[in-house]
Amino acid sequence: MRTATRVAWLVLEDGTAFRGRAVGADGEVFGEAVFNTAMTGYQEILTDPSYKGQIVCMTYPHIGNYGVNDEDVESRRPWVEGFILRELSPVASNFRSQESLDAYFTRHHVVAIDEVDTRALTLILRRRGTMKAGLSTTEPDPQRLLQRVRDSADIEGADLVKTVTCEAPYDWPPKQGQGAGDAGREKSSATVFAYPTPHAPRPIDIVVMDFGVKFNILRQLAARGCRVTVVPATTAAADILAQKPDGVVLSNGPGDPAAVTYAIATIQNLMGHVPMLGICLGHQLLGLAYGGETFKLKFGHHGGNHPVQDLETQKVEITTQNHNFAVRMESIPGRHVEVTHKNLNDGTVEGMRHQELPIVSLQYHPEAAPGPHDARYFFQRFLDLVEGVHA
Amino acid sequence: MPKRTDIKKILIIGSGPIVISQACEFDYSGTQACKALREEGVSVVLVNSNPATIMTDPETADRTYIEPITAEIVEKIIDAEHPDALLPTLGGQTALNVTVQLAERGVLERYKVELIGANIQAIKRAEDRAQFKATMDTIGLEVPRAGYAHALEDARAIADTIGFPCVIRPSFTLGGTGGGVAYNPEEFDRIVKLGLELSMITEVSIEESVIGWKEFELEVMRDRADNVVVVCSIENFDPMGVHTGDSITVAPAQTLTDREYQEMRDAAIKIIRAIGVETGGSNIQFAVHPDSGRLLVIEMNPRVSRSSALASKATGFPIAKIAAKLAIGYTLHELSNDITKQTPACFEPAIDYVVVKIPRFAFEKFPGADPTLTIQMKSVGETMAIGRTFTEALQKGLRGLEIKKDGWEAASALPVDVLRQKLAVPTAERMFYLKEAFTAGLSIDELFQLTKIDRWFLRQLYTLTVEESTVQAAAEQMRAAADAPMGSPVQVSAVEVLRRAKRYGFSDRQLGKLWSLDEATIRDWRARWQLQPTYYLVDTCAAEFEARTPYYYSTYEQPVLRCDDGSWKLEAGTSTPASSLQPPASQNRKVMILGGGPNRIGQGIEFDYCCVHAAFALRELGIEVIMVNSNPETVSTDYDTSDKLYFEPVTLEDVLNIVQREQPEGVIVQFGGQTPLNLTMGLAKAGVPILGTSATTIDVAEDREKFKRLLDELGLRQPPSGTAMTMGEAQLTARTIGYPCLVRPSYVLGGRAMEIVYDDDQLTRFAQYALDVSPGFPVLIDKFLEDAIEVDVDVVGDGETFVIGGVLEHIEEAGIHSGDSAMVLPPHTLTDEILADIRTAAHKLAQALKIVGLMNVQLAIKDDVVHILEVNPRASRTVPFISKAIGTPLAKIATRAMVGVSLRQQGYTEEIIPPFLAVKESVFPFSRFAGVDIILGPEMRSTGEVMGLDEDFGRAFIKSQIAAGQLLPRAGTVFISVKNRDKRAIILVAQRLEEMGFQLVATHGTVNALQRYGLHATLVNKIHEGRPNVLDLLKSGQIQLVINTPSGRLPRADEIHIRSAAATLGIPCVTTVAGAQASVSGIGALLKHQLTVKPIQAYHQLLHR
Repeated sequence: MRTATRVAWLVLEDGTAFRGRAVGADGEVFGEAVFNTAMTGYQEILTDPSYKGQIVCMTYPHIGNYGVNDEDVESRRPWVEGFILRELSPVASNFRSQESLDAYFTRHHVVAIDEVDTRALTLILRRRGTMKAGLSTTEPDPQRLLQRVRDSADIEGADLVKTVTCEAPYDWPPKQGQGAGDAGREKSSATVFAYPTPHAPRPIDIVVMDFGVKFNILRQLAARGCRVTVVPATTAAADILAQKPDGVVLSNGPGDPAAVTYAIATIQNLMGHVPMLGICLGHQLLGLAYGGETFKLKFGHHGGNHPVQDLETQKVEITTQNHNFAVRMESIPGRHVEVTHKNLNDGTVEGMRHQELPIVSLQYHPEAAPGPHDARYFFQRFLDLVEGVHA
Repeated sequence: MPKRTDIKKILIIGSGPIVISQACEFDYSGTQACKALREEGVSVVLVNSNPATIMTDPETADRTYIEPITAEIVEKIIDAEHPDALLPTLGGQTALNVTVQLAERGVLERYKVELIGANIQAIKRAEDRAQFKATMDTIGLEVPRAGYAHALEDARAIADTIGFPCVIRPSFTLGGTGGGVAYNPEEFDRIVKLGLELSMITEVSIEESVIGWKEFELEVMRDRADNVVVVCSIENFDPMGVHTGDSITVAPAQTLTDREYQEMRDAAIKIIRAIGVETGGSNIQFAVHPDSGRLLVIEMNPRVSRSSALASKATGFPIAKIAAKLAIGYTLHELSNDITKQTPACFEPAIDYVVVKIPRFAFEKFPGADPTLTIQMKSVGETMAIGRTFTEALQKGLRGLEIKKDGWEAASALPVDVLRQKLAVPTAERMFYLKEAFTAGLSIDELFQLTKIDRWFLRQLYTLTVEESTVQAAAEQMRAAADAPMGSPVQVSAVEVLRRAKRYGFSDRQLGKLWSLDEATIRDWRARWQLQPTYYLVDTCAAEFEARTPYYYSTYEQPVLRCDDGSWKLEAGTSTPASSLQPPASQNRKVMILGGGPNRIGQGIEFDYCCVHAAFALRELGIEVIMVNSNPETVSTDYDTSDKLYFEPVTLEDVLNIVQREQPEGVIVQFGGQTPLNLTMGLAKAGVPILGTSATTIDVAEDREKFKRLLDELGLRQPPSGTAMTMGEAQLTARTIGYPCLVRPSYVLGGRAMEIVYDDDQLTRFAQYALDVSPGFPVLIDKFLEDAIEVDVDVVGDGETFVIGGVLEHIEEAGIHSGDSAMVLPPHTLTDEILADIRTAAHKLAQALKIVGLMNVQLAIKDDVVHILEVNPRASRTVPFISKAIGTPLAKIATRAMVGVSLRQQGYTEEIIPPFLAVKESVFPFSRFAGVDIILGPEMRSTGEVMGLDEDFGRAFIKSQIAAGQLLPRAGTVFISVKNRDKRAIILVAQRLEEMGFQLVATHGTVNALQRYGLHATLVNKIHEGRPNVLDLLKSGQIQLVINTPSGRLPRADEIHIRSAAATLGIPCVTTVAGAQASVSGIGALLKHQLTVKPIQAYHQLLHR
């Protein structure tokens, strides 16, 4: 009764190997192995461009339970290099489900493995730190796979933004003939589930620099009455300013911020000319633009349950996190940047504000998706800042 | 925001006796709260009538009132203690209700007691349906549309606003009958008309039908800085329509996308804010339409609940403890996560396993009760299991339920059409019929249509069905592999079959059955093939941070391999998968305690109390304690009760696996009730040292023939008895012994299927039943000592010295299960001579059995002669009660004795006889099983107990009655109807009642008897004698007390009607003469004295040791 199972191997740089079942496309992929502790939201995670370059292990054992739908996407396609599961659901059960997760994997050429002791893998990553890994359904010898893992490119120092940013500017919600950054290439799911616009006395014009932007950032802005234009990561400051935006959002994105030198320069050129909001990679790039440094965390923050305290209100938000790098606050020269948010688990910087300029940033994800909505207020806070500037 | 400094003394109200829907979870939460508050230097005053709790231990709170939980009594406690604040959210519905009454009477205002946690407005907004709906409206959330009607026209108007289908429920009916679901106006009219007729108050409720919707629960916590976290999400396997306490539930939610889950989370946060629970935990239930996703709010408990206990155990987040700290002003981020120590409590646990909770029912004890699961809770206990997957957790849970299932096994085979009917109605057995359904080839879609159980769950079950057939098909291969050399292809592939089966949660016994082998063989294979479970931690964070608290569950995982030195092999060269990643087993001196598994009638909180005491005693001695249990409601499964907690089914396989890993110096089996005791022989056979009384001794006490010989040797008397393997033998034995006889099956606790028979006819019926209950074991037949006084004695021993903990005299006569009888300590009617005989007998038995630990002896005194009824070489149900009464923790003393500290060394060598009276009364679930007769008998049916303490019997007894909810009247009319044999005895009772100013009414026979003795009794019709009859008087509130003894073993329908009507209407009903006599004493005390209150600590000062 059991269909013949295909074997997949997952091998870590340190020689640890897991033999599992191939549950996605055939192939061999390499990337940095990270674990995510969110219990829901695998579809959002798969399609989050920040995961470019990473093989993601979900710590919750049952994945795929509610299938896949057109609405819960964070970009036009999955970006993870590979996906590691304990158990893929044999059925998709949800009223919005349109496709099973394994069918989705196959359609989008995602290499995935299940029947892995994901807790063991997580413990290894926690203790030994993030590592390069390889996932293969074609290589029967883990020994040979290990060699290729060790030979594979390092994520540190690599500019992954180039691979995920849009090729041409587009508006949000996309106009006819505009697919989210990729017109015509495939059916875009960006048009669905746009949030209604509750009140918008005067539209606020926001330019989003796309370092790998999640749609929900765009949805959140649009829902608050913004006219949103998304531009490629390489867009020059002058071109952005020429559009006379009320504010600029520096989006999330994958990889090492220090490698995205052109963006850092652009941000420096924007400073003082327009209010800015940095999210995740955008926040790290701001840190670098302020003259500071970023560093790599041992195993990163990937999940939906990290407590972050807003130091101003003292309130604690449960936040969505997805980053391997962080800003080293003390490296920022001068005293014009202050910490506004702090991670209560490990004390890392979660938010910064420029004291003279209208620039704010968050290391975590106020747009959630997946994760709690506690931090959505921050979009409004930014828009108030934008409006304050224009008042 | 730091701790408030203005609160120095807090009153906590407990939940009282264990009843259906309020069980040990409130001992767990109350105990946690007391500890948490005292840690902060706050003085805690506690009131709880339940002596079997850890919270009522004299060390748990500063001042402990074991008194009835009523507004009057609590007011007296407030008057005596003047607390600064009252924390009402930890004692279930009981505490909330009393708090509301106290507020309404102005007591809180008068004594300036601040309500912390939730104020009266918040409680009312959550509890009052109309206010709740209005509150939900303000935050844009929907509740099911509903209304009440007193006439058909009103009902139709409501139906117009609700639409069809809708659910109609008559309010206040006998038997809970008459409701239904209407799909159209005709059906609606018919059901409403009938419902109005059946309702005693001519009222029906009409509600939008949400039956079959998906059901979810969120556990929410809020602090006074308005930080809110969701601790846990729970999805019910059984859809809406089954009370969540009766549902199989799963954590976390499985079938919600993140978008839907976050919407639910947003709703929950809005609700806790709008209801206004300022600090602490709440539980919010939601219904989700399976096709549209429409979200309805069902209800909210503005307090910790059974689900909070479950959520705490499921996630490692101690909700009650945190709630207590939040109540005195802390904020969530000021408190640390106990499990990681380094991260704050302000977070939402991430779990990387699946938790399944399965309810345990007791329908077999209530013949005639409707076994359909509805919105009224009927289960008496629950077990929780943790696995890496749903299938594994489910199978672990089912074997931990102890209902003779070793996993997910089929119910009896049925024709498909009958099966369909069985599936359409939710019952305790539906889970097992589902297995049958898959075997019969029913599709997932059809099963969904029949059950509305989500397809995800059904698909998981289907997977198990497929896996099982694969396993079964491998039988030949497995046998071949058993003899094959290690590493041979056949052996390697057999290992994979076995590993795969274990990963799906199949137990060794289950596999044994599938392969026609015994459990031990499978265990041998696993040992040989190095297939041992991995023990992972419940760590609140899915391994993201290091966990400091050793709270484990078992699972079977795939091996972690290494491939960097030319060959690939197991991680770190270890044999067990991932063992280097598991926390190491420790090398300290350690002892394992086996808990009692799910609560059931006959095995409840008393046993958990003993296990917890054992843990405390051992830790005080510096011995590491390993606790094994599967009951999420308990204090024993709190991770800080023991040094290590293994949340596992208490079965031989699971226990042996842990023993192998931990290698304890011994295992304590005598505290968890019959569950661990039943494992004794298996453990001993596997070479596991049993602490305390030896396995051989346990066998002597449990084996009737050996026990009989022992009594003969000791010169002790026993009622004549015999055993029978067949019906013929049974009849012969009964006639030799003489009727009446007590008939029962072997090996059961709580008097399951035990009956007193008076003739051959009755014998035939029950002997057959008993033979069926324990197939292959003899039926036990004893002479029944009619009208004897029964006595319970608990003894503690160290093998040399034996001390009586207490002698308890039963109020009801022999024949009523000792777990159901009221009891008195010290005995109030026995002579010194008899007491001396009882003590001698108990000592002789303890000596002969070389008791190390606890022993319970049950005796009957008939015509001044002491008979031994039975001996249990284990902790009994009465240990906590006695320990509270004599101010001495018997279970702790027994534990110390088991690890070699003699009673002499402990300074406990003499029986303590208190100079006050303690009465234990039982509490019954009859109101849940409408239509079931409420008489007492040899089959135990009580769920819980209370303690009444006072200077004399009358006052102690009346307190026990008030605490048990039997509100004896001070004045009014008493209905008396007793069987012929009781007529003489009842005269005295009637005389006292008349002297005290009561009116008497009685049915024909009893009236005559009463009148002959010059009593003024009014005649009332029996039910069939015309109207108005006794039922009419009951319904119209003209009777305040019912004294009604059953006419025989099979009472007349008339009587059953009267008694169950009284139970439904809440009119006190006494069903024995002894009970009537005691009640009269109690009423007398009530009329003579004002009841006063005194903390247990003050009682203990009266004891001279």
